[in-house]
Amino acid sequence: MNVGAIKAIYRFEMARWFRTVLQSIASPVISTSLYFVVFGAAIGSRFTDIDGVGYGSFIVPGLIMLMLLTQSIANASFGIYFPKFTGTIYEVLSAPVSYLEIVIGYVGAAATKSIVLGLIILATAWLFVPVYILHPFVMVLFLLLTAATFSLLGFIIGIWADGFEKLQLVPLLIITPLTFLGGTFYSIGMLPPFWQKVTLFNPVVYLVSGFRWSFYGISDVGFGVSLLMTFVFLGLCLAVIAWIFKTGYRLKT
Amino acid sequence: MQPIISVQQLSKTYAPRNAGGQPFQALKDVSLDIRKGEIFALLGPNGAGKTTLISVICGIVTPTSGAVVADGFDIQKQFRQARDRIGLVPQELTTDQFESVWNTVSFSRGLWGKPANPALIEKILRDLSLWDKKDNRIRTLSGGMKRRVMIAKALSHEPQILFLDEPTAGVDVELRQDMWNLVRKLRAEGTTIILTTHYIQEAEEMADRIGVISKGSLILVEDKAILMRKLGKKQLSIHLHDALDSVPEALATHKLTLGANGTELVFTYDSQADRTGITRLLQDVSAAGIRYNDLATKQSSLEEIFVSLVRNDSNGAKP
Ligand SMILES: Nc1ncnc2c1ncn2[C@@H]1O[C@H](COP(=O)(O)OP(=O)(O)OP(=O)(O)O)[C@@H](O)[C@H]1O
Ligand SMILES: [Mg+2]
Repeated sequence: MNVGAIKAIYRFEMARWFRTVLQSIASPVISTSLYFVVFGAAIGSRFTDIDGVGYGSFIVPGLIMLMLLTQSIANASFGIYFPKFTGTIYEVLSAPVSYLEIVIGYVGAAATKSIVLGLIILATAWLFVPVYILHPFVMVLFLLLTAATFSLLGFIIGIWADGFEKLQLVPLLIITPLTFLGGTFYSIGMLPPFWQKVTLFNPVVYLVSGFRWSFYGISDVGFGVSLLMTFVFLGLCLAVIAWIFKTGYRLKT
Repeated sequence: MQPIISVQQLSKTYAPRNAGGQPFQALKDVSLDIRKGEIFALLGPNGAGKTTLISVICGIVTPTSGAVVADGFDIQKQFRQARDRIGLVPQELTTDQFESVWNTVSFSRGLWGKPANPALIEKILRDLSLWDKKDNRIRTLSGGMKRRVMIAKALSHEPQILFLDEPTAGVDVELRQDMWNLVRKLRAEGTTIILTTHYIQEAEEMADRIGVISKGSLILVEDKAILMRKLGKKQLSIHLHDALDSVPEALATHKLTLGANGTELVFTYDSQADRTGITRLLQDVSAAGIRYNDLATKQSSLEEIFVSLVRNDSNGAKP
């Protein structure tokens, strides 16, 4: 194992992030603050509690998930797409580095960034609404799993994309709708039965539900099912990555 | 002695770039041994496959068939050991524009899994006259300096084998001299160097051996000196006492040309041939009553050799 290479890639990616750390952190913090002002204070006060949790507090885990997903994908896809785009990827490809090490470096950095962001958003939420965490270990587990899974997905997107449009297409057309329809702002139980069924095909539902359970002990789907689905999704991403590296897809000609 | 790099029947066919496109065979059954410690120059016109060959050896392009062994290690099955020994300075200037020189060079060393060695990086940067730029962002550097940064990156992990893909493209005369000196110095330290170039002068100046590649086939590999001797056409110039208006009828069979305002007769011959025709020529010149006061011979440059080689190849004939 070329640990030095993993460290080099990881540090390189983190340095890139620190150069623009203000933007990277300010924009998600501002947008979540707005969600809290609008949904938590303004509209939320008209909503009844959901399963005994105030609306403002109810949306906190979902919002963190929303940020975690979008930021993991954005960071990881850009992280690998950019060297492909500029051509600097030649160096990584010609180094004594295995694909596994490349993934650990890039995906590890992307996941780190989104976890840091997730924690910052949690802290921001604290300022606006009451938040408590019943199962901190489970919460951390979900945080890690989700960040890793979606950073992997982002990595896949970054390798697949051969233009900046494609890089933005998947997050915009698939991920954002899935997160908004994934029970971030509502409980699945509020939907008509038919849509409840449809929703169960949305992987984000399991993440949000499991994550929310770790906070308040309430969930749409069982916690075990949530965890299982998260692992299934993680496994799926790993399988795709393994295939990419076996075939050199879009990396080598 | 075991070759430091052994390329065995290497072929590469690129997949079509778009649906309906044609696959393209960029390398055709290339076999080549690079000797330890030599400077090997790969010559060939645009699109000949030089970069493709280098990219396969360095692990950036997957070969369609064939194998490459570097210092005894298969570049695919034992890629760690093989790549550990190889440094690459690619043809394109691709750098992390927003990084500082120091960081990007240190990054390369890290990527090869070598422990940090600030003293070595400092030495490399000083050697390449980049030391005072070490904290500059790369995008603020000129093209020639970026090229040097890429060399510094390749040297940062102390490769035994260094590939330089057109190291002096777009580089001014002074820097080219620096580059040549650097290459000689590296060779003196034991590094094997494979470079590609369009400047024949560069190959002539630097290389121990020369390979010529055309349309994906390696059409010739030869010691530079032997190549120049073997393929060298020579020219004999006869400096005339009195200028002529035209080549005299009596000398027509020798296919002479008249130069220097009629004061010079130029005879082209093959120095390797059994009969060069010089004796006959000089006899005929004397018989025609032409007086001359000097003779000079000149060997054709590698450039001329190269041009004639590639031309022959595109006519379908192998030299
Ligand atoms: N990724 C690719 N897909 C398809 N064809 C390619 C690809 N890369 C190179 N080629 C083709 O392969 C041929 C050889 O290219 P290569 O870059 O190896 O040439 P070269 O000898 O380095 O040329 P130059 O002197 O211009 O650098 C060219 O015809 C080129 O168009
Ligand atoms: Mg080239």
